[in-house]
Amino acid sequence: MSATPEVKPEPARRIRFAFTDEQEQFRSAVRRFLEDKSPTTEVRRLMATAEGYDPEVWRLLSGDLALPGIHIPEQYGGAGFGMVELGIVMEEFGRALLCAPFFSTAVLAANAILNAGTDAQKSQLLPDLARGARLGTLAVTELPGEWDPNRITVIATPDGDGYRLDGTKSYVVDGHIADLLVVAARQPGSAGRTGLALFALTGKTSGVERAPLPSMDPTRKLARIDLRGARAELLGTLEAGAAPLVRTLDRAAIALANEMVGGAQTLLDSAVKYSKLRVQFGREIGSFQAIKHKLADLLLEVELAKSAAYYAAQAAAVDDPEWPALASLAKAATSETYLHTAAECIQIHGGIGFTWDNDTHLWFKRAKSSEVFLGHPSYHRELLMQRWGV
Amino acid sequence: MSRISEAQVRAEVREWLAANWDPDLSLVGWRCRLADSGWGMPQWPREWYGRGLPHTLARVVEEELANVGAVGVAKSGVRLLAAATLLEHGSDPQKKKFLRRILTGEDTWCQFFSEPGSGSDLAGATTRADLKGDFWIINGQKVWTTSAHHADHGLLLARTDWDAPKHEGLSYFVIDVKQPGVDVQPLKQMNGHASFNQVFFTDAKVPQENLVGRVGEGWKVAMTTLAHERRGADGLASPSKRGARVGRIHAEERAETEKANQPYTWYPQRAGRVDLILERAKETGANQDRYIRQEIAKLLILAKSAEWTARRARAAQQQGRPQGPEGSLGKLAASHVARGCSSVHTLITGTEAMLTGKGSARDGIIAEILVSVPAVSIAGGTDEIQRNIIAERVLGLPKEPRFDTGPFRNVRKN
Repeated sequence: MSATPEVKPEPARRIRFAFTDEQEQFRSAVRRFLEDKSPTTEVRRLMATAEGYDPEVWRLLSGDLALPGIHIPEQYGGAGFGMVELGIVMEEFGRALLCAPFFSTAVLAANAILNAGTDAQKSQLLPDLARGARLGTLAVTELPGEWDPNRITVIATPDGDGYRLDGTKSYVVDGHIADLLVVAARQPGSAGRTGLALFALTGKTSGVERAPLPSMDPTRKLARIDLRGARAELLGTLEAGAAPLVRTLDRAAIALANEMVGGAQTLLDSAVKYSKLRVQFGREIGSFQAIKHKLADLLLEVELAKSAAYYAAQAAAVDDPEWPALASLAKAATSETYLHTAAECIQIHGGIGFTWDNDTHLWFKRAKSSEVFLGHPSYHRELLMQRWGV
Repeated sequence: MSRISEAQVRAEVREWLAANWDPDLSLVGWRCRLADSGWGMPQWPREWYGRGLPHTLARVVEEELANVGAVGVAKSGVRLLAAATLLEHGSDPQKKKFLRRILTGEDTWCQFFSEPGSGSDLAGATTRADLKGDFWIINGQKVWTTSAHHADHGLLLARTDWDAPKHEGLSYFVIDVKQPGVDVQPLKQMNGHASFNQVFFTDAKVPQENLVGRVGEGWKVAMTTLAHERRGADGLASPSKRGARVGRIHAEERAETEKANQPYTWYPQRAGRVDLILERAKETGANQDRYIRQEIAKLLILAKSAEWTARRARAAQQQGRPQGPEGSLGKLAASHVARGCSSVHTLITGTEAMLTGKGSARDGIIAEILVSVPAVSIAGGTDEIQRNIIAERVLGLPKEPRFDTGPFRNVRKN
């Protein structure tokens, strides 16, 4: 698969259980790029910066590889692929722990505009995101950190041909650098699922105040955004209600699930490698059943989580009616696996695994932030049950 | 060999069926025709009741048989494991003597591998075979033998050399089960069923010509049997599809299937019955409980992920890709699912989970799940052995130090 495909992917409207050869080649290309551009030394350098990414690497991955627009239709300047390819990119980024505003720009902002925007808005906003010329993000959750759209309190008051936003958003990924903010807000006097909509504004609008948050995971930076009468444009129509937001969150959950299985695989590989090197009691520790069995169980867990993440992406790609339930399923499954794999990876490394110099904590912290971002596994398990009609 | 097309095969088998298939024949009478024609096992070699067709075309033949409602050759139980082993390692006289009666269903087979002292460590068998004149004399005990009480012949792994290392002192035999030196006893399990036997050998006799492969090569031969067992997994014998058919032959086949499946009635419960979870939650009202909802979701996520992992393995295989780690994980995943089911069924059922039998939850099915699930993580290789295999073969971790090398006589045993 080239970055600018001639043929549209996913002609078959059924759920596939294997990646195509083109998808595997695409994965290899992304992996090679990351091996070159995102070794852990770079991750460590960038996580210590305020911006948190390397603009040159961003330019390269947006240019030749055209990754931010991988899932954006060609008519809006993207590569025209879908959720499966987006999942592949996320998995590889998770594997390498790439520090870049991809999740915020491509997954959150672009999907929000794709799901909510009018055709004119998509034509206006998406091409810049697709070619990485503009960074974006989506602001949903607020100070209490709840992911249920019913809890949104930011108010959008009609004002002339636009709206004014008031309230506070928090835990906004890359909110400190994103230029295009997509904000979930509600009509004055509305409650619950009614009156919700998505609005777009630039970060430089007057009445927008952004403050970086002290994120435990320094590779995924968060910000708080105070909105005081900030002028914004409604994306799409009020009639669409909460649906575009919910769809965006579900797509984001699938993308994040794929990122998480990539990270989990890195941790498993690292634990396996270390257990073959480390000698105690005159033997490699990997020859002890206590370690072997732990690693065999982790392999099973990681493969099960991959199956959930891949299946959800495949289902979303063909718009299988069950895909929103599968988004919750995948988010719950992969969050638990990622964190458990990280904890066991530290355990297998022993004392060295608890040091700053050992790389495991970088992934551990991403696992921790991913566990709660978009909702804790228990939240998604409950959502899954509701979506299955239980 | 000339390439034969699917259309040719279909035409040939149709023509043969038109001339030969008759539901009023006896089951054995029909299967004799089928075996002799080679259409019963078309993937077998021509000289041994087959037609040398590739597996893809063998499936075509199976379809054609099913289309006219024709019964196939006998395939249930250990039969086909015996056949596969004999085809690969047996002498021509052995093939001549046994293969045809396997396919016609006239003979039933069982497998004498596991022993009370060698479970996970199958090669540690201590049942002995000593050559006296023209006969091998067998003494010892085997266990977990399915259907030994019906069987005519057994596949026997026994030790013929105590000074050789463990794996090199074993030989492989076909033993006549119906003889005075073989005492078959039922083995009652914790769930009340007795699906297996324990079998005692006291100076039982095996004629020399029933040695399969060479003396000392028993382990190699046994690996063939086990490989086929793994491939076949737990497949229950199924009667010919497309509903109940009338005619003598179908009645005989149904009786055969019923007898073959009898030991397995509890197997669905052993796997945990994940299919009952949501129904049970709804019928008991447990679906209203926030904690139980979480536990149900965890279990169903696990079960779904396991199912998709198996499908990923199959899809990779179909695309001709090398099998990834997902292919070795099914058995361990099934154990996790079964155990999860057992605990969630208990949560849903509550105090009533103390009861058993027809008057208890779901006519005793729930109780049967709870007392059958412990078998899953043991049968066919314990979870611990599976983890060792995964760790060593998939992850490439170093082997454990061994204490069972050198002459088997000196190795510590139970």
